[in-house]
Amino acid sequence: MSETLDRSAALPILRAEGRPRKSLSLDLAVTTDFLVAFLRDEVERRKGFKRVVVPLSGGIDSAVTIYLAVRAFGAKNVHALRLPYQTSHADSLAHAQLVIDALGVPSETVDITGMVDGYAALEPTMTPHRLGNIMARARMIIAFDKAAELGAVHLGTGNKTERLFGYYTWHDVADAAPVNPLGDLFKTQVRALAEHLGVPEEISRKPPSADLVVGQSDETDLGISYGRADTILIHHLAGFEDAYIQGLGFDEAEIKLVKGLVARTHWKRELPIQATVSSTAIGEFYLRPVDY
Amino acid sequence: MVGMIRHALVQFKPHKSQLPRNLERLSAIIRQLGDEGVDVLTLPETALTGYFLQAGVREQALTASQLFTALQEAVRGAGRRDPLDICVGFYERDGGSFFNSALYAELGTQNAGVRHVHRKMFLPTYGVFDEERYVSRGWRLDAFDTRFGRVGMLICEDAWHASTAAVLALKGADILYIPTASPVRDLTGVEPANAQRWEDTAKGIAAEHGVYVLTTCLSGFEGGKGFSGMSHMMDPYGVVVAKGELFSEQIIITDVHLESIQAARYESPLLADLRANLPELVRAFQEVGEVR
Repeated sequence: MSETLDRSAALPILRAEGRPRKSLSLDLAVTTDFLVAFLRDEVERRKGFKRVVVPLSGGIDSAVTIYLAVRAFGAKNVHALRLPYQTSHADSLAHAQLVIDALGVPSETVDITGMVDGYAALEPTMTPHRLGNIMARARMIIAFDKAAELGAVHLGTGNKTERLFGYYTWHDVADAAPVNPLGDLFKTQVRALAEHLGVPEEISRKPPSADLVVGQSDETDLGISYGRADTILIHHLAGFEDAYIQGLGFDEAEIKLVKGLVARTHWKRELPIQATVSSTAIGEFYLRPVDY
Repeated sequence: MVGMIRHALVQFKPHKSQLPRNLERLSAIIRQLGDEGVDVLTLPETALTGYFLQAGVREQALTASQLFTALQEAVRGAGRRDPLDICVGFYERDGGSFFNSALYAELGTQNAGVRHVHRKMFLPTYGVFDEERYVSRGWRLDAFDTRFGRVGMLICEDAWHASTAAVLALKGADILYIPTASPVRDLTGVEPANAQRWEDTAKGIAAEHGVYVLTTCLSGFEGGKGFSGMSHMMDPYGVVVAKGELFSEQIIITDVHLESIQAARYESPLLADLRANLPELVRAFQEVGEVR
């Protein structure tokens, strides 16, 4: 067959890789509308409140939460809280202030050092880890109290990745809140939403940190970047096997790390366990939805 | 058969488990529609109680005759003198059994009464859904006559199975009413994936059988799960005639023109082709059933 003939006989080929993938990309305008509608329905329509309290850590999750809250309720109905401890990074306070200034929301700063150290002084064996948990829960107590003072609801700020990894203090300020708009968004999705909502870059671009122990960062603590972790998580949760996830460009060790973090922390995503002794046990036999 | 039938699709956000309050709102809506010339009003699945009730179904379910009486009171309370047909989804009690049902009633005429009750056959019990734990399956699929013509009802997942609409079209239904409660999933596109899927499904049914398809979906949030709204009507060519907004409450007023059905079926006689091949298909279905 001559070269000319061969060329003329060749049909154009369309190639498409057929492997289904779960996408982390969101339509950010629709997502924003949905989350704003959620906040209004839960806070105003169902609970009957007009105001919310949002504790700001200086990080991206609480920043995105308060940007959504301002869209839902208007700046004057959103009360920002800054809750520093003496060792908190100076940037945490400064970045929270950036958000407050950008949105023009009323705000208040309560230093938790006295509250935390008052107890810590009674405990000679106190460790940095325990102290971090005390800070996180002290902030929760204040957020609830400020909500009571202002006739408001305090918003949770935890994202889906940290919830799946159990990478937070159980019943802390971000976790133990009546309403949380970000609990079903992976960290990479929160980042995209931050950009869409106009959260200052100083906040959206800095390495995430719980800032409970000096110098800590999420991705160092976890041993994997959020970008890689989220892609593994979304496929793992959707029921794809490890071999399939490897085919998407991940190695066995990464997948094992991610699945291990999820598997060890199921308890953290649940309410405290009760002994079931009857056929009317709450949540087991007696089943009513939260808004019933 | 009457030519033009004016419909109002009421994209409704019920107050959870507050039947009297929801009936009052229905009454207000009927009053609002006073001089719009509406013949048929459609409401979503479980429109008067909310969808996610868990075991609360037992407390909220009504008999068909109780619901008919409640609808009569709503119409009377609105001060309406003109006749009105209503298609509404509800949790049904029948003796000791419970169903997820849709009722079609004629009100304000000499022949006022319940025209039909359809009990949902396909009960989603996966993902966010847990229907079969609380309600029993329906087992009949029937078209029925109204003062305007022959119609049929399907409830939510019923319509996601191609064979159900086919049966109703073969039984002579020219209009299909589909009350739905579709919680938003996957906000990756300009419309949520579930809403896109619903639009494709309704278009497919309408174009294949040459029928009008009216899909009326709940809106609003129930325990963090948000119903998409975005109700729509497809004409017998599968073209979107009217489409409601995402997430919010809305009334969509639109007209069914039954005379267009014969033209649509002349252009695309798929229903007649289906009828011609029915014996073979029935035999094939029977074979599949026997293998089970």
